[in-house]
Amino acid sequence: MSTTTVAHDEVHHDHPSGIMRWLTTTNHKDIGTMYLTFSLVMFLVGGAMVLGIRAELFQPGLQLMNPDFYNQLIGVHALIMIFAALMPAATGFANWMIPLQIGAPDMALPRLNNWGFWLLPPSAILLTLPFTLALFGIGDGAIATGWTFYPPLSVQGGIGVDFAIFAVHLLGVSSVMGSINIIVTLFNMRAPGMTLMKMPMFAWGWLITAFLLVATIPVLAGAVTMLLTDRHFGTHFFDAAGGGDPIMFQHLFWFFGHPEVYILLLPVWGFIPQILQTFSRKPMYGYKAQVYSLWAIGALAVVVWAHHFFTAGMPVPALLYFMYSTMAISLPLAVLFFCWIKTMWKGSMTFETPMLFAVGWIILFGIGGLTGLVLADVAADAQYHNSYFVVAHFHYTLFAGGIMGIMAGVYYWLPKMTGNMYDETLGKWHFWLTAISFNLTFIPQFFVGLAGMPRRIPDYALQFAEFNMISTIAAFALGLSQLLFVYVIIKCVKGGKKATDKVWEGAEGLEWTLPSPPPYHSFTEQPVIK
Amino acid sequence: MQVFKKIGLGFAAMLASLNAFADYSWNFPEPVTPMALDTLHVHNKFMLITMVIFVVVLAIMIYSIFAHRKNKGYKAVEDKAPSTAVEIFWVLVPFVILLLIDFVIMGIPAYHSVVMMEDTRDKATMVIKVTGSQWRWQYEYLDGEAQGIKFVSNLTTTADEQHNVAEKKENYLLEVDNHLVLPVGEKVRILMTASDVLHNWWVPQFGSSRVAVPGFIRETWVQVDKAGTYRGQCKELCGKGHGYMPVVVDAVPMEEYKVWVAAKKAEIAKAGEIKEMTKDDLVAQGKGVYEKNCAVCHQVNGAGLPPAFPAMTGSKIALGPIFGADGKYLKDSHLDRLLNGKGVMPAWKATLNDTEIAAVITYERQALGNAATVDPIVQPAQVKAARQ
Repeated sequence: MSTTTVAHDEVHHDHPSGIMRWLTTTNHKDIGTMYLTFSLVMFLVGGAMVLGIRAELFQPGLQLMNPDFYNQLIGVHALIMIFAALMPAATGFANWMIPLQIGAPDMALPRLNNWGFWLLPPSAILLTLPFTLALFGIGDGAIATGWTFYPPLSVQGGIGVDFAIFAVHLLGVSSVMGSINIIVTLFNMRAPGMTLMKMPMFAWGWLITAFLLVATIPVLAGAVTMLLTDRHFGTHFFDAAGGGDPIMFQHLFWFFGHPEVYILLLPVWGFIPQILQTFSRKPMYGYKAQVYSLWAIGALAVVVWAHHFFTAGMPVPALLYFMYSTMAISLPLAVLFFCWIKTMWKGSMTFETPMLFAVGWIILFGIGGLTGLVLADVAADAQYHNSYFVVAHFHYTLFAGGIMGIMAGVYYWLPKMTGNMYDETLGKWHFWLTAISFNLTFIPQFFVGLAGMPRRIPDYALQFAEFNMISTIAAFALGLSQLLFVYVIIKCVKGGKKATDKVWEGAEGLEWTLPSPPPYHSFTEQPVIK
Repeated sequence: MQVFKKIGLGFAAMLASLNAFADYSWNFPEPVTPMALDTLHVHNKFMLITMVIFVVVLAIMIYSIFAHRKNKGYKAVEDKAPSTAVEIFWVLVPFVILLLIDFVIMGIPAYHSVVMMEDTRDKATMVIKVTGSQWRWQYEYLDGEAQGIKFVSNLTTTADEQHNVAEKKENYLLEVDNHLVLPVGEKVRILMTASDVLHNWWVPQFGSSRVAVPGFIRETWVQVDKAGTYRGQCKELCGKGHGYMPVVVDAVPMEEYKVWVAAKKAEIAKAGEIKEMTKDDLVAQGKGVYEKNCAVCHQVNGAGLPPAFPAMTGSKIALGPIFGADGKYLKDSHLDRLLNGKGVMPAWKATLNDTEIAAVITYERQALGNAATVDPIVQPAQVKAARQ
């Protein structure tokens, strides 16, 4: 902060310092930092929960916890990782980088932005509070239905379900506000000359994500509200005895839940090509093809939801429709993979940590994508469904495809955000530890799943013991490796080699024309794109 | 990158060994129904295709990673989008390959598999009904000579095994008291439903899995072509006992099946007889019923898991009156709770017979630290009357 321009010192006076700065801030960079910090904290919380789960599964038998507590951990782990770790991380980057990338001074709706963030900590508390309350004899713990809230189990459940419903309401409101802000910003505040088809890919990814959020979050909110009234106000939306249907909830939930997967991944598909072009020193290949593919995926995302419950029973035409439409997603995704690899092809590559994560990400997300293609097959899905095969599949898409992508972004932009270079050696260690232990954790889960181990069970038959043991040991290695990540970030924030404005030799784009770190208020005069 | 290469090779080697030695421990267990066989073929074919795509793409990437490096002095070429016709052709190739895989190579067989899977009636020679409830399966034979056979299948793995006190037996968590018995080679139509929450009846070697939805009937079918005992589990999260409701099916030759049907019918007729029982007999039988059905929530010693699962010991319901002055059972009495359930407590009238309900009520009133003085015991005849 000391090596700043005069302009920076001037603006320093017009915002409060200390805790009030963070509570009242409407500055996109401050809010972005809060989102990212919150996300990191919740990533560790959700990770600690899953280590509890893996520890219980280390060997057959009940060692550490009763089945009810186990069920609470799996559900809250998922809710935290999806809603409180992965989504806020993407929103944090959007706040930080979208104004910088499109040459805008701030987000279009700064106060909405502040409100959007401050809804998150209360919802995180709502999700985790029932654990604590149970210790004092209030209620019977957190939601124990898995993150999917399926009735009638969720109608039967205790107050943890109500807490989770309200948490989802708040998180949904926060996401919708963030999305509206991003849509408005992208449509109104681009620098002169930046047409839509000149927007950075990250902005495109987020624009489609924002539309998906606005379209689907209200459906989720409606579904969980119907659940709430079924629980407490005598309605029968999901109760056959009153003319309802429990499977209707699954349709409503996955109408949100499937696009949610792309909501988590589209921002990553936005900045990975930017990282690839930076470290290949070569412009990204097929910009237009990528943009159209993102749109195609966004559109397909809202019409394939029922492949999440093929085994719930559907007419044959419905099964066929959802199978073929799901398979169709592989087409635009193939275009994207082609463009990503072609961006690297005949480049002049170097492998700093962000590039390592980006390349590792392509490979591991590829495994997630290919296993997803297999899962679309209705006949084979009867076997995969709700087995550990599915658990492994969606961790390849959401941990490798989501979180490792976010990590690539963290290393890529951290020097820009802090003005300091991170420790490259430690960063590389972090990558290799994460990639190796991640694979050792989840590859065994493909095999136990095929062999017939269902997911969400606290104890298992003896034939699954060896694979589970490997998986648990690797999961602890994966968890501990993330402490290194935290250390690298803290070390970088505190100091280190000063970063240049451009940071990376091959970096292109408006954010790299600003000083590192950028001044508190950037682009007070709009740049012009030719 | 070499790690990934190794993993890729590992996958490939695994796949090769799978076809060569049919070693199913890395893959689906041995299929014993036409559906499972079909599923295995679909799976193997799909896995092979995706593995080839993966390895080819990985190889291209790895080549690029080693060849096009800055520290080898490689200069980046300017190449933003396909420009010539040849380039556009190469861009379209992967697209077309995938189109073929999705909708022809995989898509057409997938269509036939789906049609086969959903055809539950054609050539089916018998019908059974499977009901999932927390946390056990109930089976009912709906037609043929076995019509009327109906029983509940409970986990027999002991709490001591689960808590690592006793040594775990071979079929840990996969053994039940009453196996479902099916004749070999017959197509069996299965009607599926549930009494409380969603369950999913799944035997990996059968390749069929269907969600049991309360209030609705779902269908699937099995045709077991090889005699043997097959084990599976519930695979839809159904509460704290989700991991403890296995499925065990004995597939036996037709003659053996007929013998079993006759024996089972005789057994059920005997159990259904209503006779006057002494307190000690009721308590003795009730202990077994309690530990099999009730102890999951209310615990073996009756302490329960408050607040969700109340204690039996000292319970107002277990010590309070059951019958009113008119001889009918009272609302919210011990018997009412057993028969009809309330909230998380399931209704047992469809699951347990008169003698079992009488026995377990008597056990709960006269054991587990209780000694009820009002309505100390309940006779099977009283339960039978209460059902009217």
